[in-house]
Amino acid sequence: MAVANTIPAERVAQNKRSGSLITLDDLKVEYLSPRGPVRAVDGVTFDINPGEVVGLAGESGSGKSTIAMAILRILQPPAVITGGQVLFGGRDILAMSDSELEDFRWREVSMVFQSAMNALNPVMTIGDQIVDAIRAHSRTSKSDARQRAADLLDVVGIEKARIDSYPHELSGGMRQRAVIAIALTLNPPLMIMDEPTTALDVVVQKEIMYQISELKEKLGFSILFITHDLSLLVEISDRIAIMYAGQIVEMAPARELFEHPLHPYTQGLMQSFPSLTGDKKRLTGIPGSPPDLISPPSGCRFHPRCPKRFEMCDKVVPKLAEVSPGHLVACHLYPEVRAESQNHGD
Amino acid sequence: MAIEQVTRNGAVDPSGYGGQPVIDVRNLTKHFPVGGFVSKQVVHALEDVSFSMPRGEVVALVGESGSGKSTTARLLARLIPPTSGEIVYEGKDILKSEPRHASLDYRSDVQMVFQDPFGSLNPVHPVRYHLERPLKIHKKTRGRGQTRDRIHELLDIVGLTPPAEVAAKYPYQLSGGQRQRVAFARALAVEPRVMLADEPVSMLDVSIRIGILNLIERLKEDHGISFLYITHDIASARYIADQTNVMYAGRMVEGAESTELIDEPAHPYTKLLLSAVPNPHAGLRTEEAPSRGEIPSLIDPPPGCPFEPRCPYAMDVCKQEMPGISSLNRRHWVRCHLYPAGEAAAGMSGKLTNVSVQVNVRN
Ligand SMILES: Nc1ncnc2c1ncn2[C@@H]1O[C@H](COP(=O)(O)OP(=O)(O)O)[C@@H](O)[C@H]1O
Ligand SMILES: Nc1ncnc2c1ncn2[C@@H]1O[C@H](COP(=O)(O)OP(=O)(O)O)[C@@H](O)[C@H]1O
Ligand SMILES: [Mg+2]
Ligand SMILES: [Mg+2]
Repeated sequence: MAVANTIPAERVAQNKRSGSLITLDDLKVEYLSPRGPVRAVDGVTFDINPGEVVGLAGESGSGKSTIAMAILRILQPPAVITGGQVLFGGRDILAMSDSELEDFRWREVSMVFQSAMNALNPVMTIGDQIVDAIRAHSRTSKSDARQRAADLLDVVGIEKARIDSYPHELSGGMRQRAVIAIALTLNPPLMIMDEPTTALDVVVQKEIMYQISELKEKLGFSILFITHDLSLLVEISDRIAIMYAGQIVEMAPARELFEHPLHPYTQGLMQSFPSLTGDKKRLTGIPGSPPDLISPPSGCRFHPRCPKRFEMCDKVVPKLAEVSPGHLVACHLYPEVRAESQNHGD
Repeated sequence: MAIEQVTRNGAVDPSGYGGQPVIDVRNLTKHFPVGGFVSKQVVHALEDVSFSMPRGEVVALVGESGSGKSTTARLLARLIPPTSGEIVYEGKDILKSEPRHASLDYRSDVQMVFQDPFGSLNPVHPVRYHLERPLKIHKKTRGRGQTRDRIHELLDIVGLTPPAEVAAKYPYQLSGGQRQRVAFARALAVEPRVMLADEPVSMLDVSIRIGILNLIERLKEDHGISFLYITHDIASARYIADQTNVMYAGRMVEGAESTELIDEPAHPYTKLLLSAVPNPHAGLRTEEAPSRGEIPSLIDPPPGCPFEPRCPYAMDVCKQEMPGISSLNRRHWVRCHLYPAGEAAAGMSGKLTNVSVQVNVRN
């Protein structure tokens, strides 16, 4: 396949040396508003290893897209990054100049967002859009770029003959494939996918998920996969982080998280999805709704909705702590978390 | 659910449908003309759809977008007229010439709840106003005191407490789930017998959806309301619906008691739909590539089964004519040429891969 194995070996080696491809360290993002700052991302730390799929789940408004946009440095005012670092291959993305960013985006990290229609230019054929993306970043002749565009369409499962189609001539699933083709243009080692299948029907979603997973196997890129659909995430992710109100409340290998959720919020989410199999048991969901991020609840942000809260929950902020190998949780029910949180005070 | 139905007054009903269905839809068809004067075309949004709504049950309509679910609901709510077909309510065809008051009765007996909890409430009015209006229009209460009490009662039923406080709030002060509960309370205000809920949870956050589904269940159990529950999430249909009907490209292709439909799907499309639901237990990677293909255009469609182009079992006859109804058992039917017509298919549910079927399969 034309696009395979073209990620510079030395870069992969470099990433492997530092252990992870990208590391978010205590990232904080606020949106300024007349009522005060919205603390949309409040101290988020995690990393993604080369070739790994990390899933980010959480309800709408929990800060998932803000994290994606912070990594790509495409946040617009009133958003402000107020703290933390995002390290990529040893460099802090948050400290990059505009010209460094130009080079960084698409080459190192590319993105696939929920609305393929917004990502595509309605008055250009998909072939021309891919050709443009190729030629914007490398010195390639028009005919070579077009050949490569056709190859890319083939890679994502669009017939080469559709190269001169306009976005509106394609179905929703085809458009999302075209967006994935554009994201693949420069073979970046990391792809951020923010709800890439949310607007699609379940049968088409399955096709796209299968395609993504195949491409990942073939090309070896890492994915930060964002969705509110936990079942989807369990299928595709190696590790999953659960966000609540701007913070990660639990992170674990996918299967471990699915089988042994530790945080009461994660447990509540598991109680929110009717299943196609097994006993028809009554589900409870989670009472209440997510908090206002301008004045989030004190202590643990989930405490007002938590069925297991006790006296320290509204006083002490729980810190994310490892309670079993690779399984991190931020909940005072666990002694490791209590020890960690009280040491640091708050 | 037992096959033998016990109706509300305790009589055993041999039909399996809980006595006379509250609504019986027969051969309902809706065509939308599109295009200009020159190129007149017709969108076959709904084609020859028949199904029953057993009294006091939840019937789900499941299908991908564009399959005709909302059109069905809008026809049942009489928001649009059908091209042809019958809607029989309590034994009477409501589309045939009828006295005006009967039509008014139908419009209050059958209430609709929409998908978008943000668009359905007027932002300049408090919750109280939205409930007061239907109570007044349909003359359900008399005097301020009675109206207030009824409003509080309605809010209480849908789980919005304390009612006095909620009644004074404006829509922007409510979460999506709370707004959707107000929409249910508003529909309840006119004391309907049937509620048509068109994707009532798909715009809500996952943790809140179950609460609304549980509310539907409670309204069915405690108030005897019959529901049409429209969804693209077949697992949620299994969760609350007694009966689930599957739609594809304007056609209703299969219907069965919900658990049976999911455990023993008969139509190849139902199988495809079920196989596409994310399954955390199985995972993606071990599986073969999912089938590709798209829902066909509804503009002047060819004769035959709309699923034929994607169907792994397609035969020549599938191109030529739409199959009739095959009854697999009292509540399970399918429209697919793999099954013998009428009652001859009895007992074949879940047997799509058995010998009797494989002889017909094109490779
Ligand atoms: N432009 C904006 N101005 C003010 N608040 C915003 C803006 N964009 C997002 N937010 C707030 O930031 C929080 C996180 O939003 P987002 O990252 O989009 O969440 P998610 O992707 O998880 O749904 C939400 O509470 C949202 O209301
Ligand atoms: N007013 C209309 N004019 C033309 N076509 C319509 C109209 N309303 C619906 N349709 C078409 O009818 C088909 C069924 O739509 P709908 O009932 O909304 O499907 P669903 O609710 O299952 O997504 C779609 O192809 C849709 O575009
Ligand atoms: Mg988002
Ligand atoms: Mg619809």
